[in-house]
Amino acid sequence: MINIEIDGKKVEVENGRSVIEAAHQAGIYIPHFCYHKKLSIAANCRMCLVQVEKAPKPLPACATPVAEGMKVFTASEQAVKAQKGVMEFLLINHPLDCPICDQGGECELQDLAVGYGGSASRYQEEKRVVLHKDIGPLVSAEEMSRCINCTRCVRFGIEIGGEMELGQAFRGEHAEIMSFVSGTVNSELSGNMIDLCPVGALTSKPFRYKARTWELSRRKSISPHDSLGSNLAVQVMDNRVMRVLPLENEAVNECWLSDKDRFSYEGLNSAQRLTRPMLKQGGRWQEVEWQVALEYVANGLRQVGKEAGAENIGALATGNSTLEEMYLLQKLVRGLGSDNVDFRLRQADFSADGKQLGAPWLGMSVAELNQADRFLLVGSFLRKDQPLLAARIRHAVKRGAQASVLHSADDDLLMKVANKLIVAPSEMVSMLAQILQTLAAEKKAAVDASVQPLLQGVATSATAQAIARSLMSGERSVILLGNFAQQHPQAAQLQLLAQHIAALCNGRFGFLGEAANSVGGYLAQAVPSAKGMNAAAMLASPRKAYLLLNVEAELDTQNGAQAVAAMQAADMVVALSAYKHQASEYADVMLPISPFTETSGTFVNTEGRVQSFKGAVKPLGEARPAWKVLRVLGNLLNVAGFDYDSSEAVRDEVLKGMEVSSKLNNQLQGLTVQPAAAMHGLQRVSEVPIYATDAVVRRSAPLQATHDALPPHAAMHGEELKKLGVTPGAQVKVKTAQGSAQLAIAADDKLPMGVVRVAAGHASTAWLGAMFGTISVERA
Amino acid sequence: MLSDQIQTQINRELGKYPADQKQSAVMAALRFVQDEKGWIANEDMADIAVYLGMPQMAVFEVATFYHMYNLKPMGRHTLTVCTNISCMLCGSGETVEHLSKRLGIGLGEVTADGKFGLREGECMGACVDAPMFTINNKKLCGRLTSEKIDQILAELDKQ
Repeated sequence: MINIEIDGKKVEVENGRSVIEAAHQAGIYIPHFCYHKKLSIAANCRMCLVQVEKAPKPLPACATPVAEGMKVFTASEQAVKAQKGVMEFLLINHPLDCPICDQGGECELQDLAVGYGGSASRYQEEKRVVLHKDIGPLVSAEEMSRCINCTRCVRFGIEIGGEMELGQAFRGEHAEIMSFVSGTVNSELSGNMIDLCPVGALTSKPFRYKARTWELSRRKSISPHDSLGSNLAVQVMDNRVMRVLPLENEAVNECWLSDKDRFSYEGLNSAQRLTRPMLKQGGRWQEVEWQVALEYVANGLRQVGKEAGAENIGALATGNSTLEEMYLLQKLVRGLGSDNVDFRLRQADFSADGKQLGAPWLGMSVAELNQADRFLLVGSFLRKDQPLLAARIRHAVKRGAQASVLHSADDDLLMKVANKLIVAPSEMVSMLAQILQTLAAEKKAAVDASVQPLLQGVATSATAQAIARSLMSGERSVILLGNFAQQHPQAAQLQLLAQHIAALCNGRFGFLGEAANSVGGYLAQAVPSAKGMNAAAMLASPRKAYLLLNVEAELDTQNGAQAVAAMQAADMVVALSAYKHQASEYADVMLPISPFTETSGTFVNTEGRVQSFKGAVKPLGEARPAWKVLRVLGNLLNVAGFDYDSSEAVRDEVLKGMEVSSKLNNQLQGLTVQPAAAMHGLQRVSEVPIYATDAVVRRSAPLQATHDALPPHAAMHGEELKKLGVTPGAQVKVKTAQGSAQLAIAADDKLPMGVVRVAAGHASTAWLGAMFGTISVERA
Repeated sequence: MLSDQIQTQINRELGKYPADQKQSAVMAALRFVQDEKGWIANEDMADIAVYLGMPQMAVFEVATFYHMYNLKPMGRHTLTVCTNISCMLCGSGETVEHLSKRLGIGLGEVTADGKFGLREGECMGACVDAPMFTINNKKLCGRLTSEKIDQILAELDKQ
């Protein structure tokens, strides 16, 4: 520790810290622009100049390390003179027209100019002009003349985003921030550059000139998208969400937000919003009163229960539903005598049910990811599925951790990958088995009998050995199963192998949860018990009545074609949805429910963190929070215990007295495994693209205009294409057992042989059915 | 695609740096391209980025930072006149004026036959000989007068 004195205040700081950090620790503010606690030091704005005793001239506080006995003066005559001088220089070229700038009112330069700037400019000459740029649909670079070249955006791209998309070209007076050859910024974290920009150069394109910061009220919320549960500040004006910003939480999202969390709000007031209950009568949709709709639903359910038996009622929810909603949904269905309820709609393998000792979770805290030194990422589109967890792992890798990948696609993770095993989906189990085999051999440990069948006749490849050695050499090894591994037809086998690998390398293993409430759904008991049917079973053998909570059957399920067929065969389908969607073709009733900003609720994130939030605005039209709708349904159907007066009461019923951590457990016990039969022909590899995961993001216009939201195409290895005699770019007919789709085909030599990559979660590929399985390609 | 010759040159350059710091060779790589083609196109920067395993934008930053890199086609003989303070005091204004008149082009332009290009440059660190220009960044010509310039142009014209 080092003792220094700042403005007469004694401070004890760690060796290696900078003066600005020491000042922050002592509660002393030093003006700055280019310094940011999460980024490297650039020291190019010079705003943080301070006086240091015995130093001949002012020193930049951000780039000056503390030294024993140092005496710093942040507001002495010399320091203030230097700061004022810097401010005058900054304002020479910066336009002095704050009233017409979108950043006005929340601008760091404006704020500091009040403190350090003159009341008039002495500069008479022409100001420099920097041309505007178009860097994509999310970040506006319309007013680059306002840029003060602090390079925060550039450093963010390199250090956090992992890719240098913006840079500072030219020099001196001509220096400007731009992308290479006017390319767009495609990072899934690009929105953070808006927050980082201390001036009005980079602003939010969707929010631009929509409101002033002081007109907005700020409500706390939790992101309903990926399983991180980023903390949000939802900004509201006239009962409308105008913008979403990150709420700093070091343990969860730090000070960042993924673009998905930041810009999804644009979908909240989409024209497709369902604002009144609707009933299909005589083949036509009619708007009706809530009372009529709910009584229709209650009667219908009662009738199905009486005539066909309660087991003919099925309930499906998406993992983006709140804990309260899922709890009431299962309570309602169980009250009616059915046990068919599930939220794991994209899962294919349910053989772990009943064998798992608790709810599947990350297996560690989110913050512990930064500390891990060995990673094995199994079946994960990490960057797109959990963008901020990817940033944490990237951070760990930068500091020396080794990351290895086992997957069926080789997307650039924007980090150094030590070993890669890119194989067809059907080979993932045997590849993971090879890693386990190597570990067991190296450690001279016996492998548990339960996994033995998977190790029969497995020969270990060099890469598998390298991965095993990498895991073994670490002190804190982590095996993570991504969305693809969870949706895999042998998900339980992958989990079992991961469990034993983790045990052998003294590491931990866990799931990168798929949705905001992937853990919460288990706590809410929105999963079938032994006698009930899981999501796949409910859709494979159609029920007479379905209750759908937030579900778009063709997009949110493992097998969209099959789900829609099941809906069409049902006598009654009740869609609780915030939007009008394809349900109009198969549903009988559509009940308008509130998206996350219009309801209170709780999400339990992938590390088991319980985060409750309140509604930020009133529900649109006649939409109502789903927990209230389910409560009324419970009462109408005379199910006991539905007299809640708040969502908190529901939450407390679920969580009161529950030690959440004791409910989380990834261990499998008593699972018997059989290697899957070998597959012939081409196999489908599919991901749910980042902006296709749930109903809200699908309707956010700016997100849908990004590069990541381009309509799906098919991709194959170039050699495979040659075999088929198809040229890249041609239209092909892609066929599965369930259906076909006409798509453009691209060559991607990073894919393994024997696979066709076609994204799921999109209307144009929904009819292909299952996300995994055999697939064929022919010339259209 | 970078030509074989450029690749060989870059490879020789790479030998001077640690294997994990290939981007150290970026300035040399840009120079090799310019020596061969006379200028550096965006596509060349992209190729260099791939070759050295660095972001395209980082190559672009370097290429735009140094004035000696030509970012558009220049003449076979590109004259870069220093217009910084010492040269300016010693009459670089007249040098530029004379060159413009003789060649019929302004700063940053190329003659119609592609033979001569004229550029403005930064201090060349040899102020004792001011005013001065360089020919293709290789040859320094100082203590310029109208007569001396005409003589140099005549010689270049013959090549």
